Amino acid sequence: MITARYHREIPQRYRLEAGKCLACGHLSFPPRLVCPECKAKKFETVTLSDEGTLVTFTVVRVASDKFSKETPFPVGIVELNGGVRVTAQIADANIDELKIGQKLRIVFRRIQDDGKAGILCYGYKAIMA
Amino acid sequence: MVGIVGYGAYLPRYRIKAETIARQWGTDPEAITRGLQLYEKTVPGQDEDTITISVSAARYALRRAQIDPQEIGAVYIGSESHPYAVKPSGTILIDALGIGPNVHVASYEFACKAGSEAMYVAYSHVKAGEMKYALGIGADTSQGAPGDALEYSASAGGAAFIMGSERVVAEILFTHSYTSDTPDFWRREGESYPRHGGRFTGDPAYFKHIMGAATALLEKSKMSPEDFKYAVFHMPNGKFPNEVGKRLGFKKEQLEAGWIVPWMGNTYSGSSPTGLAAILDVAKPGDLIFMVSFGSGAGSDGFIYRVTDEITKVQDRAPKLREMLDNQKTYLNYGEYAKFRRKIKLND
Repeated sequence: MITARYHREIPQRYRLEAGKCLACGHLSFPPRLVCPECKAKKFETVTLSDEGTLVTFTVVRVASDKFSKETPFPVGIVELNGGVRVTAQIADANIDELKIGQKLRIVFRRIQDDGKAGILCYGYKAIMA
Repeated sequence: MVGIVGYGAYLPRYRIKAETIARQWGTDPEAITRGLQLYEKTVPGQDEDTITISVSAARYALRRAQIDPQEIGAVYIGSESHPYAVKPSGTILIDALGIGPNVHVASYEFACKAGSEAMYVAYSHVKAGEMKYALGIGADTSQGAPGDALEYSASAGGAAFIMGSERVVAEILFTHSYTSDTPDFWRREGESYPRHGGRFTGDPAYFKHIMGAATALLEKSKMSPEDFKYAVFHMPNGKFPNEVGKRLGFKKEQLEAGWIVPWMGNTYSGSSPTGLAAILDVAKPGDLIFMVSFGSGAGSDGFIYRVTDEITKVQDRAPKLREMLDNQKTYLNYGEYAKFRRKIKLND
């Protein structure tokens, strides 16, 4: 049962909400209790850009059971405008056309489900801009 | 003045040609493309459903309206493919878009007119002064049984409309609904695919209800078909909307902008709403738009809109429907389509 964890991560997975350190301005995604740069403990919530650049990627050809019917699919590191990097599946992609440095956009997609009768889990993926 | 302050549409990038489906079942492709005027249809990605389509369409509507999502007092999603049987699709959408939690949310269901129902109620809330903005959405990942005539048309997509009273882009002048007990198309609880009455879906259902709502709307407004720049009707195939338009006295030129079904398919609850979005993409200030939806079961919702000067400010703020329809297509073969639509029985 993944319900409690899924619910806890909704602000990040649905809306890309990060923690901005009020002391040094460092962005933490997902938010942290202590700033990894200056150790301060006060943050404001900011929403990250939904546009970015592909830093690197790999193609998953042998996936875990839950994703085995979606192979092959690319997973990449995306640097969002503003500097935060996220790992995301790249949806709707023609793998042969993917190139490091290309512009991507974050979209809202179904990520997984908790079995046939369990909850559906949504979140961010990237698509070619 | 109450009406649409922001609109947005979304279509998945995957497509399958009617010809590909016809060859799979040994049917003459010409009979489909010529008879039903259907050439290809949209197919949802494996990670897309009514909720993700609604979120994308509503995001574009917010971009056009440029309002604070927190000011939206109601969110209604009309669909016959809500991913959950029990849990409203809108609960997920509001958290994705930063709406609420002080918001009224419900899922609507009325075959292919659930989207116009959502629009109708959203508009009524604002008109009654209950809230500043309300969001009505029609979206579907439509079901059609393998080999059935519906398989050529059942597609995926949706459109979202934010109703409000400030900076209105299309004022709603008149509405009318027409409903009766007509069992032309249905899906029983637990069934994977809908059933329909074949030819019974025509005159006693589609034509009767659309003409009933349209005639009453014209009488109520004291307008006639030639007063309108555009008209859009529910699009189960390419043929029916043209035929009902002709019977009512509308000309082909009035229907063309919203007649997207030959290349999109029938997005069920998203059908006439996506047609309306395509019209708003090209409409000019002062244009009058006539819209009548149809949902089996059966009923029709009719709207008359008058486009305002605000329209030109918002049209380019988000992708236009024809751009999504004509560009960035990925064609599937029948095997890929069957996999994407989960038509293949797998081990749990």
